[in-house]
Amino acid sequence: MTIVADSFVVPERRGTAGRVSDFFWRHPHVLLAVLLGPPLIWLGIVYLGSLFALLLQSFFSIDEFSGLINYEFTLATYRQLLTEANLDIILRTVLMAALVTLASAVIAFPIAYYAARYARGKWKAVFYLAVMLPLWSSYLVKVYAWKLVLAKEGILTWFFAKLNLLWLLDAWLSLPIVGGNSLSISYTGTFIVFVYVWMPFMILPIQAALERVPATLIEASSDLGGTPAQTFRHVIFPLALPGIVAGSIFTFSLTLGDYIIPQIIGSSRLFIGQAVYAQQGTAGNIPLAAAFTVVPIVIMGAYLWMAKRMGAFDAL
Amino acid sequence: MTTAVLFDNVSRHFGAIRAVDRVNLAIAEGEFFAMLGPSGSGKTTCLRLLAGFEQPTGGHIEIFGETAEGVPPYRRSVNTVFQDYALFPHLSILENVAYGLMVKGIGREERRKAAEDALAMVKLPGYGGRRPGQLSGGQRQRVALARALVNKPKVLLLDEPLGALDLKLREQMQEELKSLQKSLGITFVFVTHDQGEALSMADRLAVFNDGRIQQLGTPEEVYNRPRTRFVADFVGSSNVLSAKLCQALGLNAAFASLRPEAVAIAPPMNGALSLSGTVASHSFLGATNRIVVDVGVDGARIAVASPAARGAPAIGSPVTLSFAAHDLHPMEDA
Repeated sequence: MTIVADSFVVPERRGTAGRVSDFFWRHPHVLLAVLLGPPLIWLGIVYLGSLFALLLQSFFSIDEFSGLINYEFTLATYRQLLTEANLDIILRTVLMAALVTLASAVIAFPIAYYAARYARGKWKAVFYLAVMLPLWSSYLVKVYAWKLVLAKEGILTWFFAKLNLLWLLDAWLSLPIVGGNSLSISYTGTFIVFVYVWMPFMILPIQAALERVPATLIEASSDLGGTPAQTFRHVIFPLALPGIVAGSIFTFSLTLGDYIIPQIIGSSRLFIGQAVYAQQGTAGNIPLAAAFTVVPIVIMGAYLWMAKRMGAFDAL
Repeated sequence: MTTAVLFDNVSRHFGAIRAVDRVNLAIAEGEFFAMLGPSGSGKTTCLRLLAGFEQPTGGHIEIFGETAEGVPPYRRSVNTVFQDYALFPHLSILENVAYGLMVKGIGREERRKAAEDALAMVKLPGYGGRRPGQLSGGQRQRVALARALVNKPKVLLLDEPLGALDLKLREQMQEELKSLQKSLGITFVFVTHDQGEALSMADRLAVFNDGRIQQLGTPEEVYNRPRTRFVADFVGSSNVLSAKLCQALGLNAAFASLRPEAVAIAPPMNGALSLSGTVASHSFLGATNRIVVDVGVDGARIAVASPAARGAPAIGSPVTLSFAAHDLHPMEDA
């Protein structure tokens, strides 16, 4: 018995599949092109194309009498965008998005930290399940469920009553701006639901970032005399920052664009998403709707640029 | 002489696993002490007990006469050089080295000066502006050393610090560490699984196995007089002779150790012991030939380190082994 093959080259595999394999092995770039080409074409046409079409629309204007789009380049629509009423909408949305992002980060961090540092085996699975579960149910159902929770006759009011804390709820609702007749028609309610709905998008990136921080770095900081607070400030937080920024991109941009939550829960004052919805729908003013959608793009661009300048991506 | 580190019956159990089991140990101030053992032998856990990353489940630890239990790592005047160096990737080399001074609230200018001095001490002057990612393994190792020493610790802990370096660099760093320790006078506790490293660098060493100290002594003592079978085998791969073979040589012991280099392939002279056998295998190791001889008792084989210049006898050829009686060391049965 011999264990040595007859010849150095193993006979070629028969058929087209064998020939294709050999061809791709000899020309790896062709394989890369075949794999990446279709999705890139898709991305180019459908994604970037529609984005540019949108941008283009914002430089057209609408004829006030006929309601038809005037296909001439003009900044008139942007002038319209910068009127006081529209600036109010933008400011309100940006402020809400910023607050939602801040609150999400503050709430998400300890959860993500626990999951990354302490949860093992079964508890890790429980963590992922608990974070992801809300994402598997319908967004609309969740929002309407929250309307029931926050309504005047809802669970939360009942809960406050049971704890003899109704005075606290009433005091909060009597505050200007954040208050209202009930939580479900106040900015506070909108805020709570936004934070709830986007929370997984904040927890997961932070958890991923923290998971990549080696435990020895935390030990090293402690070894060198860093108290837990100092270790957090100088080691854990800077290294988790890319994750926090990634999470905040989600929460911030999702809040900027959402039009359903403020419509169902909140005061009747508009957010950017609702303005876009109204302009492209009932008002039929596509150029203004397009100009409105440019706002979040510009804001996110500026936000990312600032994050980069602050060194948020240095530890990547 | 002051006792720097004292372990009094110290145990660290993780559930049913006894990582460290009733260890007694005293390390003197200014000593270069090595903890030697295979992975999982408890040596690293001992180091972590000293650093404060672990707390003992039993016994008592003192560092310079003060109780160590319950003292958090950041309040111990003990610093560690980590196995993976654990440099902060988001900080510059200078900021890394100055980290300990920064968290202690020392002024910017003073800590910059101290960090630059420390970098010069480890022969990396002018590297302060770089990032850890731009440095080689050996350079990172030096930065980790500077980062620990800049705090002027009472005890410096080194966790397999040379493990990731290639042979040449490792030998160079061994010498540098040794001379640095001598000039600074700081107590070094060095964990390694490399017996050569432990023997060449340490003033004294402890050989660990299964969470226990197998033997404690100077490198010469441990190498020449291994107390147990494990030590004989782990430190310098001694020949372990069975009771029957010992009896044949006129020694009454459960086991005995015999260093390969203590054996010569030559007829015995004035009172030396001898064994005869046939050559089973040989391999060339550079300075020496390792010749394994089948002595025909219990299938025992004796390894001989013979100067390479003498050449190696052919496999199967009969040879006579001789060695001095005092090179045969009786051992405990463990």
